[in-house]
Amino acid sequence: MPRINSSSELEKFRKGILSDRDPKKPCITLCSGSACHATGSGDVAASIEAEIEKQGLSGKVDVRKTGCHGFCERGPIIVNHPEKSCYFQITPEDVPEIVSQTVNDNKVVERLLYTDPDTDEKITYESEIPFYKNQERLVFGSNGSIDPKSINDYLAIGGYSALEKVLFQMAPEQVLEEVKKSNLRGRGGGGFPAGRKWEESRNAPGDMKYVIVNADEGDPGAYMDRSLLEGNPHSVLEGLMIGAYAIGSQEGYVYVRQEYPLAVENLAIAIKQAEEYGFLGENILGSGFNFKVIVHKGAGAFVCGESSALMTALEGRAGEPRPKYVHTAIKGVWDNPSVLNNVETWANVPLIINKGADWFTQIGTEKSKGTKIFSLVGKITNTGLVEVPMGMTLRDIIYEIGGGIPDGKKFKAVQTGGPSGGCIPENLLDLEVGFDELTQAGSMMGSGGMIVMDEDTCMVDVARYFIDFLTDESCGKCVPCREGLRQMLKILTNITAGKGNEGDIELLEELGEVAKEASLCALGTSAPNPFLSTVRYFRDEYEAHIKQKKCPALSCKELIAYHIDPDKCQACMICARKCPADAVDGGKKKIHIIDQEKCTKCGTCLEVCPTRFGAVLKISGEPVPLPIPEEYRIITRKSKEK
Amino acid sequence: MVDMDIDRIDQIIDKHQGEASSLIQVLLEIQSENHWLPREALQRISERLEVPLTRIQHVATFYKAFSLVPKGKHEIHICMGTACHVRGATRVLDTVQGLTGIKPGESDLDLKFSLETVNCLGCCALGPVMEIDGKTHGKMAAGETADVLKSYE
Repeated sequence: MPRINSSSELEKFRKGILSDRDPKKPCITLCSGSACHATGSGDVAASIEAEIEKQGLSGKVDVRKTGCHGFCERGPIIVNHPEKSCYFQITPEDVPEIVSQTVNDNKVVERLLYTDPDTDEKITYESEIPFYKNQERLVFGSNGSIDPKSINDYLAIGGYSALEKVLFQMAPEQVLEEVKKSNLRGRGGGGFPAGRKWEESRNAPGDMKYVIVNADEGDPGAYMDRSLLEGNPHSVLEGLMIGAYAIGSQEGYVYVRQEYPLAVENLAIAIKQAEEYGFLGENILGSGFNFKVIVHKGAGAFVCGESSALMTALEGRAGEPRPKYVHTAIKGVWDNPSVLNNVETWANVPLIINKGADWFTQIGTEKSKGTKIFSLVGKITNTGLVEVPMGMTLRDIIYEIGGGIPDGKKFKAVQTGGPSGGCIPENLLDLEVGFDELTQAGSMMGSGGMIVMDEDTCMVDVARYFIDFLTDESCGKCVPCREGLRQMLKILTNITAGKGNEGDIELLEELGEVAKEASLCALGTSAPNPFLSTVRYFRDEYEAHIKQKKCPALSCKELIAYHIDPDKCQACMICARKCPADAVDGGKKKIHIIDQEKCTKCGTCLEVCPTRFGAVLKISGEPVPLPIPEEYRIITRKSKEK
Repeated sequence: MVDMDIDRIDQIIDKHQGEASSLIQVLLEIQSENHWLPREALQRISERLEVPLTRIQHVATFYKAFSLVPKGKHEIHICMGTACHVRGATRVLDTVQGLTGIKPGESDLDLKFSLETVNCLGCCALGPVMEIDGKTHGKMAAGETADVLKSYE
């Protein structure tokens, strides 16, 4: 591929790609993101290739392995172009039918379609499925239609036109003004206006300036940045290039977790292709602008998501944060001005340039503009990635898009903002999502994790879980975070183990306040949030643990016991056979008893006991009933007595 | 497990132009090829990159990706991300600990299994998730883990 050396060459090349493509030619797109890969999309891809050849259709149909479509609950997903019918939960066994029916005969395979759980109706198109219908997929939408390993696919949907626009039609100041006017706020956590960061760096003294993509997505239960990088790496690179042009930088970094091998791979391919085409390197598109990008793999440290820690890590050292009396935008990597934005923030930039700040500010709330991608996970029917305009209510996200809570359970809380965020209870479900709205509710936007919890989730345990996570991830540099969190974890662990004392809640509040006030970086100052928000909305659960030694959600292992109801047990032996600890004493026609000494409380017996018996009970806050005497354990069935 | 020879380590260092700032990238590459970082490797890196061994130790113990002890033949990763946690990952972890007799961060005596907890594998729809040698086992129940582990010899 020859280099593209001017604006007109780019448009000519783009037209060439489009005219080579026949929009009527059948094309199967298969989701090949990490989540679908885990559910077997690799095998599906192989059998599609094989089947096409077998049925003699080679060359008559295209196969495109795309990035994540977002509906991970129903993966792997296939969309058949040009009709756009879509199939879910595809296995290699389904492939022959898809190829012969849909590709060859243009017929829809009914059984693979989405079934609306409310109406039981089959839905043929993605755009009509409630999960997709209620979203506004501006940033994430292209993921499902392009092959992330093909720069031509990106060019075919108008890729790099924003770069071309800024290089040839806009001065760096104009780009900066446009981004400032759009009020694009950082999607990685803090919600700091991107334009202000850019301006600070642009005005800072120094010739060497850096732009950085923060792809150190560490929040457990959040994977939207990974899916963007895997599925549409060029959009992130294009945003980064535009940022570099605006602030006068010639070198950029992408700091990406090494735990994301597919993201690293697709990004490396994208950079190589962009270099070959002349979008990266010297004299980009003949404009005189030079820019290169280096990928730095993160070696696994949550704190490196913090800007100053990430920059320390880029320098090849242990990623400990630095005091930020002087912003990193002025003194960042190797003390040079450095603009760091999150993956999703960068991916928004080309959209703003192409469609204008006025268009962008029409979407969202007064202070939070545009859309946000959330990873909707936990106790939710439709697990997946959803992109919604700012200002949508939590209720709409969870019930309209997410499909509510599975198994008829009751909603308890939704946790947003990752480990530094908080839990929002049911009475605040009509809250509109936005940076400031979530902070006021004691949580935060964070990078977009949204973990739904039902009645079986213990809120004290959730707080303990996050504080445990943060204690482990604290870099240890400052005392309030290192020692304070450790003490908080000790107290919370005691409470969940039934060893809580009166006054523990107050002590935790005090420790939390100190960490909040006196820690060096955002990890420490926000670390007490999981506790503070749960105690704010679920204080009764804390008190039940401490005073009655009871876990109302029946979740804390030390506070629960499993017991077999002798009146319901049918001596079917299933639990006795499945128990990994050999703790169930039973036999044929002999009512089973759980040996409380041996029981590890793994819950297997409850899971395997047939629902029609429902003999295994979980109890908390009350003594386990004594086992029934040996002589009453033999079951005599009425039918056999006759 | 055979340790890496010095030549290979030099090759990796050369690839990164022997710059001190590439320390983490060099260590990552050795970790991924050798599955752990032997002392001899660290000493060689220290000489070549002109970085004190203490700083290399600091980096090697700071980041989760690095191991200073050999790893087992099969690497078990149990996801402890929030989505998996609320779906019962702790029970899966407890069962695996019971069956293998090792805790997170440890390897068993005959180096068959290593156990690690990870914070999110990004396939939350499958939670709780256990990954062994890169293969994902989703929707794990405590009772099923034994069957899965048995299939790895």
